[in-house]
Amino acid sequence: MIDAEKKAPSRPDNSYTVFHGGLVKKKTLSRRAFSFISPGFVWSLIFLVIPCLALFVVSFTTRGDYGQIEWTFTWENMKQLAGFGFFGWSADNLLIVWRSIVVAVVTTFLCVVLSYPLAFFLASRPDKTRTIWLALLLIPFWTNLVIRTYAWFLALAPNMPLAQLLQNIGAIDPGQPLYPSTFAVYLGMISMFLPFVALPLYTAVEKMDWALVEAAHDLYAGRWRVFRHAILPQTMPGLSVGITLTLVPAMGMFVVPDMLGGSRYMLIGNLIQQQFGTSRNWPLGAALSLVLMLLTLSALMASRRRELKKEA
Amino acid sequence: MNRCSTGHVINSGLIFIFLYIPLLCVAMFSFNANKFGLTWDGFTFDWYRQMFHNEVILKAAWNTLLLAVVSTIISTVLGTMLAIGMYRFPWKKKTMRKLDTLLHLPVVTPDIIFAVALVIAFSVIRHFTGLFELGMPSMIVGHVTFQISFVALVVRGRLEVIGHDVEEAAYDLYADHKRVLFKVLLPLLKPGIIAGAMLAFTLSLDDFVISFFTAGPKSTTLPLFIYSALKRGITPEIHALSTIIMVLTIVLVLVMQKFTAKNGGEIH
Repeated sequence: MIDAEKKAPSRPDNSYTVFHGGLVKKKTLSRRAFSFISPGFVWSLIFLVIPCLALFVVSFTTRGDYGQIEWTFTWENMKQLAGFGFFGWSADNLLIVWRSIVVAVVTTFLCVVLSYPLAFFLASRPDKTRTIWLALLLIPFWTNLVIRTYAWFLALAPNMPLAQLLQNIGAIDPGQPLYPSTFAVYLGMISMFLPFVALPLYTAVEKMDWALVEAAHDLYAGRWRVFRHAILPQTMPGLSVGITLTLVPAMGMFVVPDMLGGSRYMLIGNLIQQQFGTSRNWPLGAALSLVLMLLTLSALMASRRRELKKEA
Repeated sequence: MNRCSTGHVINSGLIFIFLYIPLLCVAMFSFNANKFGLTWDGFTFDWYRQMFHNEVILKAAWNTLLLAVVSTIISTVLGTMLAIGMYRFPWKKKTMRKLDTLLHLPVVTPDIIFAVALVIAFSVIRHFTGLFELGMPSMIVGHVTFQISFVALVVRGRLEVIGHDVEEAAYDLYADHKRVLFKVLLPLLKPGIIAGAMLAFTLSLDDFVISFFTAGPKSTTLPLFIYSALKRGITPEIHALSTIIMVLTIVLVLVMQKFTAKNGGEIH
């Protein structure tokens, strides 16, 4: 069979392909392509893929007496994650995972709610001033995470106007700062992630067809129905990008809860950091990272499925 | 064309105030003469003067800059090559999708996972070979790994804008592929490559998480320094330092925007 195929003279030669209007040997072409991608590809393989595999393996190993990794494989870390510890079952770890999800979802929701007016505002600016407004939105976005969080630390200090106001109405004790609190964590998180939603949303709003909105108004649709049927579907692509960009990193955040939430406001990111820092329990830390990775993947898959559904 | 109600304007104004108030607080306190409390005690430049004499801060600033420059150079070269290799050659759809996933991985994974994975990998390598002590080299590796993707994505955007026409014309005029690469593609790509490099540079300056995990005891960067200062107790020098970093950020953002604006307008 194969021989006959090879011998057949009428068949076109498979080892050539058309590239930019010319006939090139497939081998030459793939060699050329590989020479371009191999340095970056090899780098990513060594420092991205293999470390992630190592993370997976280590999450099933045991912690040695001095905090080293011992290569005996167990399910112990997973059990510990589920709460079966030395002192019997406790819900602490599961609570932290749950809280991380809640914080990420609430942050994303609030960012979306705040981003819509911002996106409309930006899209309605005249061309000349629009770049200035965009730059104004980008500057805090690019300012270092630690500095921004610290900035909230200052803004919520006991003798700043906001805390003073709350002290005067008696909501908090005199001389008390507004941190550590859930409120402070959400303030920090929102200011961290708002531009991630606002920018893609702005791009979507800018491209929007306003005729549909007007038509909806003409047909006596109320505000909510106009939004639901004329605006939301059109801004969906930007919105889904924004949600993914916020939800996923928000789950792994540890700087903001660490600085503004105090030691009692643990998220999964803080727990991971603790295992690699003070506790020196790398296998458990790796297992936690694995859980975070699974959460991330499921969030990504959900948004991916939306896209696929829309295409079909 | 008025698409924006007064309510939206007020909302947006409040959001901008919300974004800027904390930053203004930092800037304000960097000029405050009072050392201990947070009460206003008069205007001073002292903290800036002190900051420029603090050796730890200067060392950290040097480390930050070194890390950003070296990692940007490496990642720009690798990322650009990756983008050209991936999007200028007829890959099979399946291979392409796999490469694409690999490229998007660092963009979508929370950086803490990826930092932890690197730390583990380094320690395993160290265990067997004694190489890869945590420090500047490991930080550079960490930064390059996530920067590559961003550079490649920016360069890809530019490749899409350029289209195939000019290259095809060059091939039709019997240019060999080396000529097409160096005389046609790279000059056209230059704005994209510069934009990618600038993005990589800002990302490196901005990064805290990956540096936090992969830094050795001697390779503190400015964000790491500020973080540990917060844990130890704050000195007003930190306010001055943060303000300077913020000003630099503003300059970088403005330059970058000017660049991308020009970049988009030029080809169309």
